[in-house]
Amino acid sequence: MSSNHGAEAGAFGVGATAPRVGGLERVTGRQEYVADLPHGDALHVKLVTVDAARARVDVIDGTRARAVPGVHLVMTPADLPQPMPRFGPQRRDRPVLAVGETKYHGEPVAAVAAETPDAAEEAARLVEVDYEELPAVFTIEAALATGAPLVQEPSLRPGDPLATTNILREHRYGWGDVEAASNQADVVIEGTYAFPMVTQFAIEPHAFMAAPDGDGIAIWSSIQHPYWLQRVMADLVELPLSKVRVFAPDPGGAFGGKQHAKYEPLVAFIARRTGRPARLVLTLEETFQAVRRGAAEVRVRAGFRSDGTLVFRDIEANYLIGAYADIADRTVAKGSYTSNGPYRVPSVRIVARSVLSHTVPSTAFRGFGNPQQIWAVESNMDEAARVLEIDPLELRLRNLARRGEAFIPHETPADGDWAASVSRAAELISWGGPRQPGRGRGIAVGLKSGPTTGLSYSTVRLLGDGSVVVYAGTSDMGQGARTIFAQIAAGELGAPLEWVTVVMGDTAVVPYDQQTSASRSSVLMGNAVLAACRDVQSKIRTMAARLEGLPDDGIMVDRGEVRIGERVLPIREVLVRGLGRLGGEVIGVGEARKEADPDHPLGGTSAFYEFNCTAVEVEVDRDTGDVTVTRHVTVSDVGKALNPLQVRGQDEGAAIMGLGHTLLEHYIFDESGRIRNLGAIDYRIPTTMDLPLRMESDTVENEDGPGPYGAKGMSEGALLPVAPAVAAAVRDATGVVIRDLPLTPERVWRALHPELTGAPEVRQAIEGAR
Amino acid sequence: MSGMNAMGARHPIDLTVNGQRRSIEVFAHHTLLDVLREDLGLTGTKECCLVGECGACTVIIDGRSVDSCLVLGVEADGAEVTTVEGLAVDGRLSAVQRTFLETGAAQCGFCIPGQLVSAHALLADVPHPTRPQVEEGLAGNLCRCAGYEQIIEAVLSGADLGSSTADDGRDQGRLSTPAMGDRSATPDAELAPQ
Repeated sequence: MSSNHGAEAGAFGVGATAPRVGGLERVTGRQEYVADLPHGDALHVKLVTVDAARARVDVIDGTRARAVPGVHLVMTPADLPQPMPRFGPQRRDRPVLAVGETKYHGEPVAAVAAETPDAAEEAARLVEVDYEELPAVFTIEAALATGAPLVQEPSLRPGDPLATTNILREHRYGWGDVEAASNQADVVIEGTYAFPMVTQFAIEPHAFMAAPDGDGIAIWSSIQHPYWLQRVMADLVELPLSKVRVFAPDPGGAFGGKQHAKYEPLVAFIARRTGRPARLVLTLEETFQAVRRGAAEVRVRAGFRSDGTLVFRDIEANYLIGAYADIADRTVAKGSYTSNGPYRVPSVRIVARSVLSHTVPSTAFRGFGNPQQIWAVESNMDEAARVLEIDPLELRLRNLARRGEAFIPHETPADGDWAASVSRAAELISWGGPRQPGRGRGIAVGLKSGPTTGLSYSTVRLLGDGSVVVYAGTSDMGQGARTIFAQIAAGELGAPLEWVTVVMGDTAVVPYDQQTSASRSSVLMGNAVLAACRDVQSKIRTMAARLEGLPDDGIMVDRGEVRIGERVLPIREVLVRGLGRLGGEVIGVGEARKEADPDHPLGGTSAFYEFNCTAVEVEVDRDTGDVTVTRHVTVSDVGKALNPLQVRGQDEGAAIMGLGHTLLEHYIFDESGRIRNLGAIDYRIPTTMDLPLRMESDTVENEDGPGPYGAKGMSEGALLPVAPAVAAAVRDATGVVIRDLPLTPERVWRALHPELTGAPEVRQAIEGAR
Repeated sequence: MSGMNAMGARHPIDLTVNGQRRSIEVFAHHTLLDVLREDLGLTGTKECCLVGECGACTVIIDGRSVDSCLVLGVEADGAEVTTVEGLAVDGRLSAVQRTFLETGAAQCGFCIPGQLVSAHALLADVPHPTRPQVEEGLAGNLCRCAGYEQIIEAVLSGADLGSSTADDGRDQGRLSTPAMGDRSATPDAELAPQ
């Protein structure tokens, strides 16, 4: 591809594999992430923690720390406003520093600010903290046990009937009559499936900076939701929104872990106290202690007729969230609401609990509460197929909702031809075809509800020479949002892609965007950008009408062109003539909303669904338990691939990330709740040596999404069903059913050799065979 | 780094970074990564795990790819160091930098400097690697976007183009802005100042 091709207006419009906008910076080392920003006279902040999960903090003595040359401040809880400011996207429960008691391993009790990172680090070690370790709960069982220590003081949960338990919230959904349906099932399959605690592990550790800014404050953060952060900060430091300026440079990976405020408040209080800019760059170990995904145990009872028709599903899920709610309870609600999956089931009962524990607060992570449920329900489907002696592929196809079907009452009906994705995946992996001895195949599907509410604004300026500036408050964390918006504007306004600049990441300059999450940006901000381009087009139409002395309605403006009767002119030609001697520009504004529905259990219906079918083939080494994925097929229903190259990157990346929690990743705790595998040596994520021997990704595109040109969000789908597909393939290869993740060699080997390990073989619970 | 460091004296070192001789004074306990980022302002080399596992800080020292977080600055005395900023030569992207762009290998981009440096080191040793050789050559570079398939493709097709910089007339830092029709049509030139 040479840059000359790009000179053709619209050559890299939607549907084309346009090169990433910002790609050049990324391959030359010039892309600046927060930690790379010039920091001049900024103080360096280091967190002070204690080596315990839960501990009573008696005395914090900063005398020795203050004596270190270059130290400006040892910030303790006493140095913060009283009562301690608290914040959080769901509940204001997270204190800026621990109050009286640490709630998880790594929660800061104090912080040091110094002239150099060395001085801050040395001083942080010299802060003397007298503490006494207290019993901690860090498993679902322990947190729910009678007499378990309460993670949150009941005073933090006024009026909450569950305040004297560790259950933060219990969600109940469902329809039909599960009890009555139980009698109609020929076969009932029951099992409990466990999903591990894993961490986002963005390669960019979280970084924060705050500085006094005139009579306000400026914050720099690798954050997905700069406007939400702006609200949180304005509230905490008691300033109007206009006096809190959030800069959000592109995050170096986020995956949900950078949605909500973490240490921005601490750094802001230090900046205000010292009158100096203050910066904090977390170590990788500290990021493990800042963000993670909720672990879960999900019990599934599913009833089938002997022909495979699903009769009922009874799902009970306990999610182990952390010490503070963050957005975790929302992941539980949203992941559980659709936990029945893309199936037509007459009776469904779903109970899901957010269980507090003395662990790192869990938060959003690609899939948002769904992978845990999908692991359980799809594994249960595979077990059912075996008992029913029905092909697992056939069992899915038999129960899959058809397009337009209201498969969840009062919810957005099925918005895709989901069977097409399943059939395509089956075809790609030669589902029914012969396979080598020792290998097994597995298939699974995943469904995730998209955003339930949304609000995005965009401004588009068509400058006097036909070049374009797009303002969009999305964070480009690798998903490529900037490129998509540039493609839309290039195509609609007839500019080469290289003539489009997309401005993001500054709340003082760029109009409001609700958030960058739920794979929404191509759809919601994409629609806002498109609407802003349409606004520009309508002004160009008025301009053309004036120049030609014609009525507006005889003129059409679309895809970079102005049509006046038989004549077709480039937008730029009309623009230049229309602007005339004074020059100037044409400004368009656009807005996209997804309205709330106060009667809906989630506060709104799904804007779209992400649907993916994953089919894998594995080889299992019976002597070591090692699982090799020999083939990995992932097919997503994306509506319309606005940029196929980026769609492929998101799909294959999500697939490989899914192999992480399937085969490798999990936090390990010691007996008192301290994390034993902090950091990259002991916590393994997939490398080039862990890839499937063959990866194939494909898309189904029926242009049936609500986004520009029929697009749907698609950045999470390919992660959703990886674990159940791989486990099903392991079962197919070995006959062994495993209901715990990750499928480490040790776990697989133990399952393969129960006679040697004494481990009880997983028995399939089958009841009610009539 | 501020001079008011409690950690002891600075030591003079001479090293060549991306072809440029640098004479600087560094703290004995500072890694080459610290020196590159803080003392030399070369922030293209990234900091993540600091234990030599993630590869984000990969640089080439005297022809070998090394995690710069595991090398002390003083150990780099006399060394020749190449960082991501030195991969493009005379303003032209290397073949692998170009193929990284073309295959969509860079997503969030944070690991990409390390991936590129490792790829360059690999291709210097093995100009036409097999896929398994590329996988092994990049095994020390984590990518959480997990764009591995496209990264591997980029390295393989970069190798096909030759590991030296390719001359396609594209300037580094500025994908040449194409002319779009006759710019003299814009009225700026004749606009009288107010």
